[in-house]
Amino acid sequence: MEVFSQFIQLFFSGLTIGSIYALIAIGFVVTYNVTGVLNFAQGEFAMLGALTAISLSGAGLSLWAAISLAIAIVVLIGALFEKTAIYPARHSSAATLIIITIGVSFVFRGLAIFIWGTQPQSLRPFTSNHPITIFQAVLLPQNLWAIAISLVGVFSMGYFFNKTYIGKAVSACVVNQFAARLMGIHPEKMSLIAISISAGLGALAGIVIAPISGASYNMGMMLGMKAFVAAVIGGLTNAPAAVVGAFLLGILESFAEGFWSAGLKDAISFALLLMMLFVKPNGLFAKATGKRV
Amino acid sequence: MKRNGQVLLTVERITKQFGGVVAVNDVSFDVNKGEILAVIGPNGAGKTTLFNIVTGILAPSSGTVRFSGTDITGKKPYQIAQLGMTRTFQNLEVFTNMSVIENVMTGAHRNMKTSFLQAGLRVPSVKKEEKAVEEKAMRCLEKVGIAHLAYERAETLPYGNQRLLEIARAIAAEPALILLDEPMAGLNDEESRRLVEVILQLRKEGLTFVFVEHDMETVMAISDHIVVLDNGVKIGEGTPEEIYRNKAVVAAYLGEEETVC
Amino acid sequence: MHERRLGTWLFALGILLFPLIVHSNYLLSILIMIGFYSLVCNGLTMLMGYAGQISLGHAAFYGIGAYTTAYLSATHGWSPWLSIIAGAIISAFIAFIVGIPTFKLKGHYLALATLGFGVIVYTCFKEFTSITGGMNGFFGIPSIKLFAWEFSNDARFYYLIWIVVFLSLLFSQNIIHSRVGRALRSIEGSEAASDAVGIDIMRYKLQVFVYSAICASIAGSLYAHYVTFINPQAFDAMLSIYFLIMVITGGASSIWGAVIGSSVFVLLSELLKEVVPLVFSNAGGEFEIVFFGVLLVVMLIYMPNGLTAAWKKITGKWRTSTTLSPAAKGGGGR
Repeated sequence: MEVFSQFIQLFFSGLTIGSIYALIAIGFVVTYNVTGVLNFAQGEFAMLGALTAISLSGAGLSLWAAISLAIAIVVLIGALFEKTAIYPARHSSAATLIIITIGVSFVFRGLAIFIWGTQPQSLRPFTSNHPITIFQAVLLPQNLWAIAISLVGVFSMGYFFNKTYIGKAVSACVVNQFAARLMGIHPEKMSLIAISISAGLGALAGIVIAPISGASYNMGMMLGMKAFVAAVIGGLTNAPAAVVGAFLLGILESFAEGFWSAGLKDAISFALLLMMLFVKPNGLFAKATGKRV
Repeated sequence: MKRNGQVLLTVERITKQFGGVVAVNDVSFDVNKGEILAVIGPNGAGKTTLFNIVTGILAPSSGTVRFSGTDITGKKPYQIAQLGMTRTFQNLEVFTNMSVIENVMTGAHRNMKTSFLQAGLRVPSVKKEEKAVEEKAMRCLEKVGIAHLAYERAETLPYGNQRLLEIARAIAAEPALILLDEPMAGLNDEESRRLVEVILQLRKEGLTFVFVEHDMETVMAISDHIVVLDNGVKIGEGTPEEIYRNKAVVAAYLGEEETVC
Repeated sequence: MHERRLGTWLFALGILLFPLIVHSNYLLSILIMIGFYSLVCNGLTMLMGYAGQISLGHAAFYGIGAYTTAYLSATHGWSPWLSIIAGAIISAFIAFIVGIPTFKLKGHYLALATLGFGVIVYTCFKEFTSITGGMNGFFGIPSIKLFAWEFSNDARFYYLIWIVVFLSLLFSQNIIHSRVGRALRSIEGSEAASDAVGIDIMRYKLQVFVYSAICASIAGSLYAHYVTFINPQAFDAMLSIYFLIMVITGGASSIWGAVIGSSVFVLLSELLKEVVPLVFSNAGGEFEIVFFGVLLVVMLIYMPNGLTAAWKKITGKWRTSTTLSPAAKGGGGR
């Protein structure tokens, strides 16, 4: 019975962290497919979102107002990032674009130290945080919030991309930029929208995790890199698959930490990344295509 | 129908499928030493696929390709090149990060010996080899008539000269066979004439050419032998005169041409 | 050709004379740091600038060199010379094994794989505490001796590192102007055309990757013997990115870019450490990070070929150059 409760416990913490990865990973996939940029600054949006929300709620705003405002601010930062760093370099090579986003992530991290310092801060839980016991496993409401919010995020993104006009236009750019242009869609504008949305999703992820593991200037890098792994597991071009990848990764990490070693958890995630890249670079769910080379 | 001479390249019953689409269907032909062979056909006839199979970029679904007696089916492109078959590209693939002469020197790669360690330590043999290859590259550039541009940046050359550069790079490898992928594409009349001269001259020196081309005038003027593809199937082959007289070819190919134009 | 040699020998002379003119230990220590980085960037420039392959994991080889020599010389009493060579061999071997699947990848996937490799190696430094000492670090790495001559002070170490840098630069320069160098550059120019002239692309990518790993490893080893104390944080993903900044700032198109990029990086970060506190009294390292971030972005957008290329453009000299960006590549394609 004890093993079972530990199992449930680890499973839930895996789902929690997986849901955070999922939000960031969607951002990666959307950005990557619309702009062709693998955005290494994606994780920094989570950091910016979390710290901004903490400051705003510390300044006396109600929690939900602080959260909404923080997300709005990060969306603006995302738009600014697109305009100043991605747009001018849009014709550069993959390597150049990657390095540019790395440079931007440096800037974000430095600014964060400048504004918030290096001490970790924390956000109060969204609701009273009395532990709930299920099958002898102790769960915190905030974990449930995290999972619920990210699921809502994932599904509303699904709705956005499949049902709304703008969402469809962005999706069209993902499928075929050239055809989209012929249909009167501006891929440039879509790039701005895609990166702004990704920034907002990242901010949401950071805010959700802040009450659980705190927030500090350097939280973005690891979160971002893990979300990469998740996106690659799912295949970089498929958002729902990236979400599945994120939950798989979260659960794997949680069990690796619980049954083996917290320190080696990262090595395991990245070993998985390499395995995926070497063996199935198009993701777990890729179907063989008859595409002409 | 029977041609005289020694067979250099044999394409034997090559078929290539992409998913359910048959791009090349059971195509066979021989290329003899010292001849210029053209592969023609309307768009989508399977010329490029065939070309990619011969150069090793694609593996055929079935069939074999033999080059100077060696079975090269399924070999990698660089291995095939090392056996003495080089090519030029329709969309030009000069090394834009090098000078003109360096492009040609790179072409001579397969006949050089310097290893990583030897190069780094610059042992005496390297110096000798470098000098020899530079002279050789110069001669190749002279053959195609752009020796005066040797130390220019390759990317600054006009289109026509870049194509000549690709040919110089190809002959620097001292190949037995050169494949030309639509060599006349994008050239003006003057440039085309020069290119034809260069090809005919090189053939005189013993080189063999296979080329894929749309420009019928050039094909008829310089080919010794023509293979016609349509919908992945070989519908005829022979000398230019024979192709003119081949009803199936005229119906399928020239008929198609009219509807296109 | 002769001009090239002249520059090299002038450079050698400058290195030789510097400590005779400047007696500041502080400046010498800075130049030693530049030396370590130049050595890494020398290999990395060959990989990135000439062969056009990105690596976000070279701190791993720097670290493997450092920990191997530390472990063998301090724990097992090997001669540092032997343990440095052992480190280089291990790095070369790992580079070879990792390189085989890695260099089948391109662009984004290659960047991700090398990054992942770097994180895995860093985690190993952190976790295999019985060998590395974990986050507490590795103490008591002996200094290098040549007979009775100990490379213990800055002036002596300065000569040691810069002789190694000089030899490696010479080696790289020889490579560039040879069959091998052209093969490497052809990969960056057009893989399809490299194939067509019979160049075994995989083989050359692996060779240059192994070479760059050896350079990084030796630099890391020498660093370990210089500072005598190392801990994993000195070899994290940030360092790999710093290497990248140096290569790009210097310009991946010239072997001198390695030295220039390293110098600019080290001098700027020292300068920032000096200047920033004067302006903002309570500021720490954040300005350095912001500064290098902005530098990277601006360089890549406005000067993607680095300082050496910009200089060449200014002086109107053109020698074959390579770039990270394919922007210059016109012609065919969509």
